[in-house]
Amino acid sequence: MELSKPAGAEAPAPKRRYWNNSRKEALFGWLFLGPEAIGIVLLYVFPVFFSLYLSFSEWNLMGGLSSVKLIGFDNFKEILSDQKVHMALRNNLIYTVMTVPISMILSLILAVIIHNRVYFQSYFKVAFFIPYISSIIAIGAVWSALYHPSEGPINRMLFSFGIDNPPKWLADPHFALISIAIIAVWAIVGYIIIIYLAGMTNIPEEMYEAASIDGATSFQKFYKITLPLLAPTTTFLFITLLIGSFKVFDIVAFLTSGGPFNSSTVLVYRIYEEGFQNFRMGYASALSWLLFMIVGLLTMLTWVLQKRFAQD
Amino acid sequence: MHTTKNKITKLITTVLMGAFSVVFLVPLIWMISAAFKYEKDVMAFPIQWIPQAWNAVGNFKAVWMGNVPFHLFYFNSLKLAILMTAITMIISSMAAFAFTKMQFRGRGFVFALLLSFMIIPEQATLVPRFLLMKWLGLYNTHTGLIVMGMFSIYFTFLMRQFMASIHNDFLEAAKMDGAGYFTIFWKIILPLCKPILATVGIIKFIWTWNDYQNPLIFLLDKKLYPITLGIQLFRDDYADNFAVLMMASLSAIIPLVIIFILLQKHVIKGISLGGVKG
Repeated sequence: MELSKPAGAEAPAPKRRYWNNSRKEALFGWLFLGPEAIGIVLLYVFPVFFSLYLSFSEWNLMGGLSSVKLIGFDNFKEILSDQKVHMALRNNLIYTVMTVPISMILSLILAVIIHNRVYFQSYFKVAFFIPYISSIIAIGAVWSALYHPSEGPINRMLFSFGIDNPPKWLADPHFALISIAIIAVWAIVGYIIIIYLAGMTNIPEEMYEAASIDGATSFQKFYKITLPLLAPTTTFLFITLLIGSFKVFDIVAFLTSGGPFNSSTVLVYRIYEEGFQNFRMGYASALSWLLFMIVGLLTMLTWVLQKRFAQD
Repeated sequence: MHTTKNKITKLITTVLMGAFSVVFLVPLIWMISAAFKYEKDVMAFPIQWIPQAWNAVGNFKAVWMGNVPFHLFYFNSLKLAILMTAITMIISSMAAFAFTKMQFRGRGFVFALLLSFMIIPEQATLVPRFLLMKWLGLYNTHTGLIVMGMFSIYFTFLMRQFMASIHNDFLEAAKMDGAGYFTIFWKIILPLCKPILATVGIIKFIWTWNDYQNPLIFLLDKKLYPITLGIQLFRDDYADNFAVLMMASLSAIIPLVIIFILLQKHVIKGISLGGVKG
């Protein structure tokens, strides 16, 4: 260690100083790392353990920390019998099933076309990507106008097709979640296209040329070359979107507040309601841990899947 | 031989995709068109894509000089996004520098900590962070939001990967010349990191500009609202005025679209580094 350091980097000083090079390096190392380390402890480590503690307690924020009452597993028992939480988890699942496969398939098709079958590639990248970088709240505001039950352009169009009782979309218990899923798919497609395009640029062009010489059709090339070589990208996207769909909150909170009749409530919205509207800090923490465990499980699933792929 | 046929196929595909992209963008086209109309024409059917009577100025005035202080929300968003981006970049690159270019005890431990907390979803720590902000007296302040937004494990990780690829010879040479760690960091490492800094910075700016959840939970005072909460106020205040709401939405989206079109390469690179919308 000492030997590898350039000698005489500092002004000549008496030997055996306290501030030798490695001590100095450690001091500066901590100066550079310090802010990040403090931040991680304060905003990640502490919150995780503190919310674990709170999840076994009942506390409504009044009366300070001394009024925290430990109640064992009661919060988790309550989760098991909480209809709203069941509704939220069910909705999360439905939302995932509605958004993840559709957005991935649609984006893959678009990415394949954009990759080398059209002129003006960069126009298409921009066009499909704009909804993704736009604020989901601004986009939500636009869609809330489009979805308007009696005046909105979507239902006006349906009326003109002779459909007298079109869905009330966001205001309809049977359609609120679907309406949100449609917006979500529309907004995420650009992101998935970009990731797929990045994956496709890594596929050597010679493979397609060789396949052409062998007389392969476009479909065969897609099925035998593109799709298998994109498998790691697909896995990455699948897991990312899966986890993302369990974290959905903004658009639900802004457009429906989980309604009507909890028909579009989701897990994070339940955390928000219990924690920041009912101020049940203990119960909200237990729900947070539920979310944490779901995301943790999905992440471990990734590792297993990625190992599988690595072996194949 | 095939080329003419290929060109024609490509042309037809381009036209079809062009048409599809227009359909795809209809919601945004509708928004722009509505933002320039009188309210009574917004919901007219068939849709007037090009307004028959223009009210762009009226809507603009209602948004920017009306009862809801939109200019203030805009300023708040800008302030939060710029400060958070700048501070995150500094903190993350300092940490990455320590991780890659310095040897000291505890470094590995902090890195292990970082990795193991990388998967924690932000939403799962809302309650304890809320309490922390209350205790620190930072609830309902911009400082609180900035403190929560200025540490990013993900960005530190990206910066670390990039800095690891910078050759140590540069540093050794600088050390020989008697340069201190801060000089090395500021004069040698950071300039070499420009590409990754640009990428990380733009992504962070976009995320912060679009953030809704944190301001919703950690801000109470309307004067402190960023633009996302501002749009919510608009919706509540102008429930029956879609023209004004669309002008507000358009105003919120425009800076990002400009940034994206100008700095497309950086944005796309940042996203495809494995960027997860967080």
